[in-house]
Amino acid sequence: MLHFNGASAKYGISEAGYYGEFGGAFIPEMLYPNVEELRLNYQEIINTPSFIKDFRDLLRDYVGRPTPLFHAKRLSKKFKATIYLKREDLCHTGAHKVNNTIGQILLARHLGKKKIVAETGAGQHGVATATVCALMGLPCSVYMGKLDVERQGPNVDRMRMLGAEVIAVESGNQTLKDATNEAMRHWINNPIDTHYIIGSVVGPHPYPDMVTKFQSVISDEIQKQLLQFTGMENPDYVIACVGGGSNAAGAFYHYLDEESVRLIAVEAAGKGLDTDESAATTFLGKPGVLHGSKSLLMQSEDGQVIEPYSISAGLDYPGIGPMHANLYQQGRVDFMAATDEEALNAGMQLCQLEGIIPALESAHALAVLPKLQFEPSEVVVLNLSGRGDKDLSTYTEELR
Amino acid sequence: METVITNNRLKDLFAAKRDILSIYFTAGFPQLQSTADILLSLQNAGVDMVEVGIPFSDPVADGPVIQRSSQQALDNGISLELIFEQLRTVNDQIQIPIVLMGYFNPILQYGVEKFCQSCSETGVSAAIIPDLPLAVFKDQYEVAFGAAGLNFIPLISPQTSDARIKEIDGATEGFIYVVASNSITGAKGEISNLQEQYFKRIANLGLDSPLMIGFGISNNATYRKACQFAQGAIIGSAFINRLRESNDLENDIKTFVDEIKLENNDS
Repeated sequence: MLHFNGASAKYGISEAGYYGEFGGAFIPEMLYPNVEELRLNYQEIINTPSFIKDFRDLLRDYVGRPTPLFHAKRLSKKFKATIYLKREDLCHTGAHKVNNTIGQILLARHLGKKKIVAETGAGQHGVATATVCALMGLPCSVYMGKLDVERQGPNVDRMRMLGAEVIAVESGNQTLKDATNEAMRHWINNPIDTHYIIGSVVGPHPYPDMVTKFQSVISDEIQKQLLQFTGMENPDYVIACVGGGSNAAGAFYHYLDEESVRLIAVEAAGKGLDTDESAATTFLGKPGVLHGSKSLLMQSEDGQVIEPYSISAGLDYPGIGPMHANLYQQGRVDFMAATDEEALNAGMQLCQLEGIIPALESAHALAVLPKLQFEPSEVVVLNLSGRGDKDLSTYTEELR
Repeated sequence: METVITNNRLKDLFAAKRDILSIYFTAGFPQLQSTADILLSLQNAGVDMVEVGIPFSDPVADGPVIQRSSQQALDNGISLELIFEQLRTVNDQIQIPIVLMGYFNPILQYGVEKFCQSCSETGVSAAIIPDLPLAVFKDQYEVAFGAAGLNFIPLISPQTSDARIKEIDGATEGFIYVVASNSITGAKGEISNLQEQYFKRIANLGLDSPLMIGFGISNNATYRKACQFAQGAIIGSAFINRLRESNDLENDIKTFVDEIKLENNDS
């Protein structure tokens, strides 16, 4: 039975909304009533039996959960370990993002909100938000960087088909960071009846915790499936990619206190950690405040946020969620980085070995398999966060 | 060794004046070296107080006009370090209160204690940091501000509850920045009945702190209207627009301020 407890005492959120030194709610006073309303109510709402039932039913009947835990035999043979893929790519809308939007739309309904605003980068979260808004009959505004609108045409079309208003953001670099700024401005301008569905484990408290809890269904299922298939309580490794970090938060959640499980987060190195074109926050960032929380942040000496770069629009973010920043600082999670090229190759390899086209984001997680020295007896769970249909043109262009 | 500075210019101003006109401008805009010239011109034009904006790459509480000016200033090469250098050059010529306004991250990277110290050395009376919540300020930074004689200016919006306004009132020594509307998209040119009701509600709370109304104040009419309910008003976007169009900063600033302060208007 799904529930939202099981939080780690050591790595979970504090009463004040912090993970170690990271987190908090660094918001303008104009957002205080909205964020405070959420903070005071979210725990109680998401733990009511009716909420849990609605959430569970929709995840099962609408999203298609539980998603399979697939024993990838040829991949296993190649890397000399037992590798399981958690198939989040098989969720309705094609990625794990919908776990969170289902949870948040139900929460918005409980709070009596009438309108939804969201940001999106590649468009996966935007599509997942537009989808649940259509399902619940709520109007939806999605902010998306103008550059992303141009390069992610199919997802823009999907959102519009689903009834969402897609607003192209022309400020800054016209990507995810700027879309997030604009979505926050929209929320400031529409404080009464609008709920902001943030797409990752970022933003002011309680968003990181709320999104983590909605995504924790991933590790909840992995635990049960692994026990059923192997009789093992725990795998040796859990691997996930990190942009803001929502799929990793969900995949790691129930293993945080199981210190024998090696947790590996993979960031986008872009064209390389030693170039100006990267998005690997733990390698290149330092503590800072952006989008409502204190976390690790890629920034200049003077505290200006640096525009990140990755071939994967979903990893193209200059920060990571505050929980991940703390897990990094505490040494609980090992952070690795994969370049564009490594990710493309790993993605192609999965197509050929297992007949699965992974999202470029998920391909970053796959890209560290050759870098890890597994024992033949070891069990590895890799979170395949999304499917690669949206990335076809990038794959074909780059590999031509 | 307590070095509390008691002769804060803000306190003197609020004790002495009403209808206080405060003008916001972005440091390093339109030219990198404009900061000091604009400050002097504003003082000469009879402005009572100035707010100097510290540009940030991601100003979530600002509308497009100030966003663009911030981006241009950053492209010009402005930094907090440089802003303090610029303020230092005119420190002995400026008598009106200076308030710095900026987002938390650049201040955090500069170092909050060092920031307070630099403010104290350059004649800055107060800081408005929209994304530094009152609770975090009180918990972590109040002591450093106090030691430097620097006031922390909180904001309230139409959604802020009376109870919270009173809490905020008790926590400030400078003034309360009354955000006039939910909209951060800049000047509208008029004040609605709804806004007027909101101003009345705040005025009737009997707060200890002086009130300054900002956001959407753009001309003589809105300035005069706001002054009916507060000690004064703050103009930002409208002034930035004027700077952007200006070929003669000193003259245009004088004209702008004269227009705003015009006495015999319809109010």
